[in-house]
Amino acid sequence: MPSATRVRRAVIGATSVALVATGCGSSGSSGSGGSTDAAKTFSYQSSEPQNPLQPANANETGGGRILQNLFKGLADYDPSNAQLRMQVAESIDTSDSQTFNVTLKTGWTFHDGTPVKAANFVNAWNWAATTANNQINSSWFADIQGYQDVHPASGASTATTMSGLTVTDDTHFTIKLNGKVSYFPYKLGYIAFSPLPDAFFNDPAGYGQKPVGNGPYQFVSWDHNTQVVTKSYPGYMGVDKPKNGGVVFKMYTTAEAAYADLQSNNLDVIDQVPPSALATYKSDLGDRAIDSPQGAIQNIGFTLYQPEWQGANTAKVRQGLSMAIDRNTITKTVLQGSRTPATAWTAEGVEGYKSGTCGNFCNFDPAQAKQLITEGGGVPGGSLKITYNADGGHKEWVDAVCNSIRQNTGVDCVGDPKADFKTAREAITGHTINGAFRTGWVQDYPLNANFLADVYKTGAAGNDFGYSSPQFDQLANEADAAPSIQDSATGYQKAEAVLAQDFPAIPLWYYRTNSGYSTNVKNVTFDSFGNPAWTQVEVNG
Amino acid sequence: MGSYILRRVLQMIPVFLGATFLIFLMVYTLPGDPIAAMYGDKAADPAQVASLRHRFYLDQPLWKQYLHYMNNILHLDFGTSFTGRSVSSIMADAFPVTIRMALIAFFFEIVVGLPLGVLSGLKRGSVADTLVLLLTLLVISIPVFVLGYIAQTVFATNLGWVTPTVQDSTDITQLLLPGAVLAALSLAYVARLTRTSIGENLRADYIRTATAKGLPRRTVITRHLLRNSLIPVVTFLGTDLGALMGGAIVTEGIFNVKGVGNILYRAIGQKEGPTVVGIVTVLVIVYLVASLLVDLLYAVLDPRIRYA
Repeated sequence: MPSATRVRRAVIGATSVALVATGCGSSGSSGSGGSTDAAKTFSYQSSEPQNPLQPANANETGGGRILQNLFKGLADYDPSNAQLRMQVAESIDTSDSQTFNVTLKTGWTFHDGTPVKAANFVNAWNWAATTANNQINSSWFADIQGYQDVHPASGASTATTMSGLTVTDDTHFTIKLNGKVSYFPYKLGYIAFSPLPDAFFNDPAGYGQKPVGNGPYQFVSWDHNTQVVTKSYPGYMGVDKPKNGGVVFKMYTTAEAAYADLQSNNLDVIDQVPPSALATYKSDLGDRAIDSPQGAIQNIGFTLYQPEWQGANTAKVRQGLSMAIDRNTITKTVLQGSRTPATAWTAEGVEGYKSGTCGNFCNFDPAQAKQLITEGGGVPGGSLKITYNADGGHKEWVDAVCNSIRQNTGVDCVGDPKADFKTAREAITGHTINGAFRTGWVQDYPLNANFLADVYKTGAAGNDFGYSSPQFDQLANEADAAPSIQDSATGYQKAEAVLAQDFPAIPLWYYRTNSGYSTNVKNVTFDSFGNPAWTQVEVNG
Repeated sequence: MGSYILRRVLQMIPVFLGATFLIFLMVYTLPGDPIAAMYGDKAADPAQVASLRHRFYLDQPLWKQYLHYMNNILHLDFGTSFTGRSVSSIMADAFPVTIRMALIAFFFEIVVGLPLGVLSGLKRGSVADTLVLLLTLLVISIPVFVLGYIAQTVFATNLGWVTPTVQDSTDITQLLLPGAVLAALSLAYVARLTRTSIGENLRADYIRTATAKGLPRRTVITRHLLRNSLIPVVTFLGTDLGALMGGAIVTEGIFNVKGVGNILYRAIGQKEGPTVVGIVTVLVIVYLVASLLVDLLYAVLDPRIRYA
């Protein structure tokens, strides 16, 4: 992996887990009778995009989910199994996991009618990666050879194109990376890798207010702070042709307001029910309630950079602490069923996910917990402090985890709230905390490598623990150089097993999508990014 | 009178400069970097952050940023938000909505609050008086978000008279319910303030004189009693108009009204300096003008108050 790889917590993607919510009786087109109208639009809860609507400039859900519908890149993720699925690309081949040959399908067009060519990808990526163009997602291109020229660590760019990108002809181009990354095509499903039409480069700023993409939906209007209207694009060539007439993104400031509108059918699909409705939404919505897994995990990390937390013995202490946490009860009561207990460091529903990697250490067993902590020489300093941000609704479960540890092992445990996310991050990355902290990971792309390489490799941007294991690094590097994505995923499973010995972090639970839809629509399913399968939603006639 | 107004207007200039400077200082020196906030929970790329900083003029020392900002404001340029829109056009969308809602609330306060206060003030100790006191106490003690959710549940979810949230923020009929909720608290204060003021003035000498002169009760109340009793109420209403404009964040959130509160809430969350300072600057002007009007109204209400 190139060292420039950053912490990326993508909020966008296009997977849709075909799995339909537990607790929903029926779904899919077999729903409550009646015909559907493929010309009708449906409304979705959204928020005002933070930046102009350019594919490489959205890293938040408000803009991300709109762009994801306006654009389609080389590939996205299959609804049924979270695996990579070709869209504009006919194929992405490699023989050495470093140079990738891309062949495009013919017939794809932008919404302005111009064809989608290889140059549209290469130009878009070069533009997005160049520092001067101020694109928030520019670091996504760091794997590509020549990135340092368009985006040096500081100062002005020395080039405007990356040497790793070569256009062969209208339907072929090659991508050369700095190093071997067998699963690089998985990253290509991210919205930042979308193509841009030639017209974009004349007026990028104006374009950001009125984007022209190549995706299933085309832009109609952006009534700022109120709604973004899209309609389905008849010339769309993707494998997921829209079954509805378009999506209207209605902006809401509070989840409560959106939920109230959903219940009265003024809004068709929401993101996530508000915490105040978690206990009641299944009875409120009946079989229109949704409860499906997300590719995100909550952990408790340890400050392994401190000498007292180093050494094999302290791993026993961490394993013991893990066994003292009653995950089942906490997820059911405090978190009201909005999480599933974790059994591994990779979230469920992700390609390469293997349950039970954590082994017995994720099972609640007070006797064993006490014994392990004693064998490990007790918690350094005699007490445990868990740092968290107070603005994210974490207080309740941190207190519950501490209670669980205190009651079952006698270890003194307290929560250590920081005012907000930024303050907490500053304390964690600045190494000014002591002991343990809340941490988590939301997938950038649904592959186990994303949960492991970007978090636990030595020096990885998401490695706040100071964890460094030669064994883990070696297995990860081998997995990166593997000949296929499948082999890479299996390789990373081996690396994940190392985490069970060293225990740099305690896996707690996986996130879930708790959502619902109105009586106007059916066939609503959510993917592991927490997004609905947009094009599959059907609107009642 | 003319020189008084001139003096008041001139006084507004330092107040305006001071207020905007403080707001600017608070927004731009608050812990937390607006550019880092754009990256959410991701680690920001240092090269990109430096470039973005330069673009939004954030790489300059604070005093330069302030001068730059004030200079732009003098040219009626409020800057650009991160979304690439001019702050002026953002405000042009949001202020009319909030003004409408504030006026509806203001209307409720005067049409409902004042008569209630007059009624209970004139009939102290009666059943009506007790009822008004109880009702207003109830409203004052309920936080506005509770009131908002109750109104939403009762009128939208249960009765189905309106939609739970405002579907079109420019439609004045849809703003009636949020306007009423917004008015509730101030309405209670107006009623109680009027009641007390009337109760005091009822025992005043000039009322006794007016009554003794044999003036009809109606004339005594409207010409003499109300006119004098309204001075504290007008003071309250004047400053309240400013509060209604800026303080609607909760109500606008509950009913999803696309007004100033809504924008301000989002902009503060993203530390979008230009939008926050721009909106608050306009709110400061609203306050200043409202309090000027209040002061001028005093002279109309009480001839003894004259501005030399």
